[in-house]
Amino acid sequence: MDETQVKIKEFLSRFLKSHDLQLDEDIFALGFVSSLLAMQLVAFVEKEFGIQVEDADLDLDNFRSIRAISDLVARKSAPATA
Amino acid sequence: MKLELTVVQRAARDEFRDFVSAEILPHADRWDREAAISRKVIDALRARDYLGSNVVGKYGGVGRDMITYGLLTEEIARGCSSVRSLLTVHDMVAHAIQRWGSPEQRQNYLPALARGKVLAALALSEPNAGSDAAGVETTAADSNEGWVLNGHKKWTTFGQIAGLFLVLAQFEGQPTAFLVERESPGLTVRPLTGVWGTRASQLAELTFEGCCIPHGNLIGRIGFGLSHVIAAALEHGRYSVAWGAVGIGQACLDACRRYTAERRQFGVPLSDHQLIRRLLADMIVNVRAARLLCLRAGWLRDQRDPVAFMETMAAKYFASTMAVRAANDAVQIHGANGMSDEYPVGRYLRDAKVTEIIEGSTQIQQIALPMFDFEEF
Repeated sequence: MDETQVKIKEFLSRFLKSHDLQLDEDIFALGFVSSLLAMQLVAFVEKEFGIQVEDADLDLDNFRSIRAISDLVARKSAPATA
Repeated sequence: MKLELTVVQRAARDEFRDFVSAEILPHADRWDREAAISRKVIDALRARDYLGSNVVGKYGGVGRDMITYGLLTEEIARGCSSVRSLLTVHDMVAHAIQRWGSPEQRQNYLPALARGKVLAALALSEPNAGSDAAGVETTAADSNEGWVLNGHKKWTTFGQIAGLFLVLAQFEGQPTAFLVERESPGLTVRPLTGVWGTRASQLAELTFEGCCIPHGNLIGRIGFGLSHVIAAALEHGRYSVAWGAVGIGQACLDACRRYTAERRQFGVPLSDHQLIRRLLADMIVNVRAARLLCLRAGWLRDQRDPVAFMETMAAKYFASTMAVRAANDAVQIHGANGMSDEYPVGRYLRDAKVTEIIEGSTQIQQIALPMFDFEEF
């Protein structure tokens, strides 16, 4: 895992104390994602990585796994192209 | 850690306090009896930028920070919880639009909400859906003309006078949020009477019968209406209600200070009786503790810290239960006078109870709070 992915894992692991979350593991399938965690997850990626999650980014596939979230962060962090 | 108000925040609190003492406190009992606040006070809130005050400058708002906003909410609630509830629901909708609205929705609605030109309300609860918000039965269907809503909303605070509703409905079984303007065809608004807490908050029932709204009025994405759009509104509402409960606690304390100094029994003021002092001591400490929780939640919200969610929930839980205890004790201290509408403490007790029910009941907080990982700070 790269640095971004490690940070995401650390955050999610706070809610999954006894589970070693893997890079591509489906966090929704694990059944611990409440609406409050969903909001905290958005707040976490925004604060930690300095991005703004917009309504257009609200897609479960963007938040399904550590890799999916890190991909979203990478896309949102990339400089806009002309 | 240094948790104290800035000079600007203290000045703002003084301004709010003066406004409430002059424009709200003298009228609150009458509004409670008449089950409506005055148009004049709404105009005064507008004139002072007290409505939609978290909307950022880009959309015409004053962009109050969360601490200052909390101080405003506390002071308004010290005067009248019904007026506080107008701020709460209006700002919940503004917050949700600012957070999850499309650029067009932000541009269309936020300037009017920031000026209070349009009042907003949250249409979430239904006859069969309260705490179980995912169980709403209102439906939305897609048609060529737009979204078509059918269903029934209940307990919509300030629904009687709101011009814009944030509505949760099911679209093909997925909770989805919509912005519905009052004049939308197929929407009927009826006053809901007979409530005994925040009696002047002008509740309404909404009926959607083939109510057609433009496709552009979907807010957030399909299926994210509850988990993100309404959740953002409720989180903001929870923060507002927490501060509102602190305001009720402070109002109880103010009323009891006055009463126990003036009222004499057994030849001495009530304040000389040790058991009365015990009640006052609990009230003083609990109000202060609730305010500190609110300040911490506000500070975290300003930092956009994800921990703010649980701290806001903790603040709301503590402050609302504290307000009920404080108001209950305030009535006890006032004795028979506390049961009379000649004194405001009965209103405080009725209004305090509401704070334990709205934006996540006490029991919902009790279920949710242990799920969080509270870190030391």
